[in-house]
Amino acid sequence: MTTRPVWQERPTVFGLTLKTVVLTLLVLAMVYPIYVVVLTSLSTAATVTEAGGLVTLPGDLSLDAYRELFGGGVVTRAVLVSTGVTVVGTLLSLGLTIFAAYGLSRPGSVLHRPLLFLFLLTFLFTPGMIPSYLIVRELGLIDSYWSLILPTAVSAFNLVVMRAFFMNIPGEVLDSARIDGASDFRILWRIVLPMSKGVTAVIGLFYAVGYWNAFFNAVLYINDNTKWPLQLILRQYVQQGMNLVPNQRAIDTAAGYALPPNLAIKMAIIVVALVPVLLIYPFVQRHFTKGVIIGAVKG
Amino acid sequence: MAVLKARKRADSRPADALTSSAGRARPPLLARLRRDWQLLAMTLPAVALVVVFHYVPTLGNVIAFQDYSPYDGITGSPWVGLYNFQWLLSDPEFWTALRNTITITAFQLVFYFPIPIALAILLDSVLSRRLRLFIQGIVYMPHFFSWVLVVALFQQILGGAGLLAQTLRQAGHEPWNIMTNPDAFIVLVTAQSVWKDAGWGTIIFLAALAAINTNLYEAAAVDGASRWRRMWHITLPGLRPVILLLLILRLGDALNVGFEQFFLQRDAVGAEAAEVLDTFVYWRTLMTGAWSYGAAAGLFKGLVGLILIVVANKVAHRFGEQGIYKRS
Repeated sequence: MTTRPVWQERPTVFGLTLKTVVLTLLVLAMVYPIYVVVLTSLSTAATVTEAGGLVTLPGDLSLDAYRELFGGGVVTRAVLVSTGVTVVGTLLSLGLTIFAAYGLSRPGSVLHRPLLFLFLLTFLFTPGMIPSYLIVRELGLIDSYWSLILPTAVSAFNLVVMRAFFMNIPGEVLDSARIDGASDFRILWRIVLPMSKGVTAVIGLFYAVGYWNAFFNAVLYINDNTKWPLQLILRQYVQQGMNLVPNQRAIDTAAGYALPPNLAIKMAIIVVALVPVLLIYPFVQRHFTKGVIIGAVKG
Repeated sequence: MAVLKARKRADSRPADALTSSAGRARPPLLARLRRDWQLLAMTLPAVALVVVFHYVPTLGNVIAFQDYSPYDGITGSPWVGLYNFQWLLSDPEFWTALRNTITITAFQLVFYFPIPIALAILLDSVLSRRLRLFIQGIVYMPHFFSWVLVVALFQQILGGAGLLAQTLRQAGHEPWNIMTNPDAFIVLVTAQSVWKDAGWGTIIFLAALAAINTNLYEAAAVDGASRWRRMWHITLPGLRPVILLLLILRLGDALNVGFEQFFLQRDAVGAEAAEVLDTFVYWRTLMTGAWSYGAAAGLFKGLVGLILIVVANKVAHRFGEQGIYKRS
């Protein structure tokens, strides 16, 4: 607890109450919807029926919804697709970005200025949806997972942030390594990267989240719905309300056991889309407050 | 932004700093190539991707001046001059999309833009560091959720079968459906944007707040300035450059209101309220195969956006601020 500076007046009771209420509401507005969704996804059919929809108070819990999702159906496949695209895409993007950021970060190197300009210019103008679609189609990438990776593989913004960070590494350190005969690849691997773990983590998170959340590229480029990533499944079954298990009643009676309620399954799909972000986020979050991004953005 | 400054610093070093002998003339190109080939090799894969997926499609916009058919290709399709643009400007649906886009931008300038500033000031006033970091961690988080997820969450809470309607119904009230009401749509999308991004938006303001010299506050307090006067005379002037910069950036980006958010909710509320320029391109062209027409609409948006950015920067410089380029 940081102490109040002596010159600052004590807060009024009213002011303090107001502040507490506003901040509490704020946190609740973020957390409560997620709590309700997670709880519903974990509830039994009886609890969901009793609640008349979303469950706000914990009743009987079960993992049936998740068993259903990961029992090898549409969602299992979509999770695999999304995971694959995210892992491959993030590694590729991070590699390309680190290489290019370092390649453009050495002052006075040949051609670095026009090449840098090439990246910066992309801030000013986006090519537009139709020509982008046509080039992806021209390259034969429609219905290929690469169409979800290659068009967004290099973000000029991330590259610029990373390059700014590399430029802050004292040139003397790198020059001395060079004089000792180290190649640029070696300098990057042995000196620059170990000094840049924070920024690498943050940029990696940006890319990973981008791939995991990618929605519209898949709408455009993936027609084959057996190749759909998770976000499209989320849209179809949750936002558009299609039921993953159609004619639930009929199946219930025929199979002689109760399937998890469709609502719980839908909420479970939301949770599955949410969890990877929630898992990685805390590890990277501290770097935000350490000012990795701000330092770079402010220049 | 950062690069531009970095580049300036690079200029102030001798061009051949790598050979660490300042003052000598630039070595010939071939020698520099031999020296820097590794750096070039590292950069080229990224350059290739940007060229293929950014610059080639940008040039591909020439089909806006053609009657393009995939069968004939760019070289075989007939040129039609400005026909597609004339068509565009006489298309009432295009004007609806443009009007919606501009209305939403204006609305969000008033009802979204100030929120991260207020939130940042509020967060900055929390004395306990741990509590502040905890709240920051929570409010940054939704920025990393996809739009599908955010829209789905809103639907579960506010939609016709959602939590609010469910609670109202159980209490014997008639629920109202916020998610499908075209009149309330602009409020809904703004609320979604606030929920998703306002917390993340505080980062830059918090950094600016941290950069304000606390001696100013102390001196003002000693001189008898109240809390509110300190905020008015120290905090807000301290934030002014950042506020202006972001305001200008937002104006330069006036035709971009986000795409997926509208794409996802267009069916629920109807095109009259939810069609923006990007969704217009998608629905009117990609779905019907009117490639050239769509490219014309996209090019129109791109060109207006480019002009807005350049003008916004001019204005920034006029105000004595840095803008997005020419920072130093």
